[in-house]
Amino acid sequence: MGLRLSPPPGRILVFTSFMAMTEQRVSYTLDSSLETIDSAEEKATRIATELGFGEDEVMQISMAVREGAVNAVLHGNAYAADKKVTLAFERIGNELVITIRDQGKGMDLSKIPNPLAPENLLKTSGRGIFLMRSFMDVVEIRPSSTGTELKLIKHVHGPTAGGKEASQ
Amino acid sequence: MTMKVGTRQVDGVTIVDASGRITLGEGSVILRDTVRDLLSKGNKKIVLNLAEVNYIDSSGIGELVSAFTTTKNQGGELKLLNLTKKVNDLLQITKLYTVFDVKDDEAAAVKSFK
Repeated sequence: MGLRLSPPPGRILVFTSFMAMTEQRVSYTLDSSLETIDSAEEKATRIATELGFGEDEVMQISMAVREGAVNAVLHGNAYAADKKVTLAFERIGNELVITIRDQGKGMDLSKIPNPLAPENLLKTSGRGIFLMRSFMDVVEIRPSSTGTELKLIKHVHGPTAGGKEASQ
Repeated sequence: MTMKVGTRQVDGVTIVDASGRITLGEGSVILRDTVRDLLSKGNKKIVLNLAEVNYIDSSGIGELVSAFTTTKNQGGELKLLNLTKKVNDLLQITKLYTVFDVKDDEAAAVKSFK
């Protein structure tokens, strides 16, 4: 069972030992604001770097998290002040598992157009989920009437992968 | 780093030198306002120099598409110049690389306008 840390809204939880355990979890409860999107990206960059991902993979992970946070804040919670976004990072074995939940009305996945279709190439939106799927090993989207849960998984290939425990 | 833009004229072509991040919020708005302002003043030959743009998210990509189509719809042309590898990769995977006229030499970009 991983360690669960839930700071109050607006508080930034500082932790330095994400790499030190083979299983660990940290979660944040965030407002539905533009600042949350930048904050989520920064957290993803820091944690992915700590886990030993290379520069390109860190970029991919942080961008996928940014796109997930955009969806949660804009399309899910629609900037509502009374709705929160929860963001969790878990190291499970050799995987980084990131979960983003909103409190919106859910989404109809069948209505998301293929952004690569010729008729959609010049659309100004609709590429977020496509980018997440391009950058992560696994993308799961579970919409419901009380919100959408997005799970992003990236396999850890760095020196801490493979169940090797670092000294604490 | 937030986005910054500067504009200059070269042989009747407006070069927009952008730097920083084109992302949801300020970056996208700055790009949109800059292009709209140029078009409203009759500057319809635009080169967007992205040499110093190190990050674009899906909103930024949408803003590039919007700038491209808005310019085209007003009888102008917008070309991209000096893409960083990250931006180049993004345009490749979204299949937009072939939509935009992408240049890697400013003089050639300026000459390419009719």
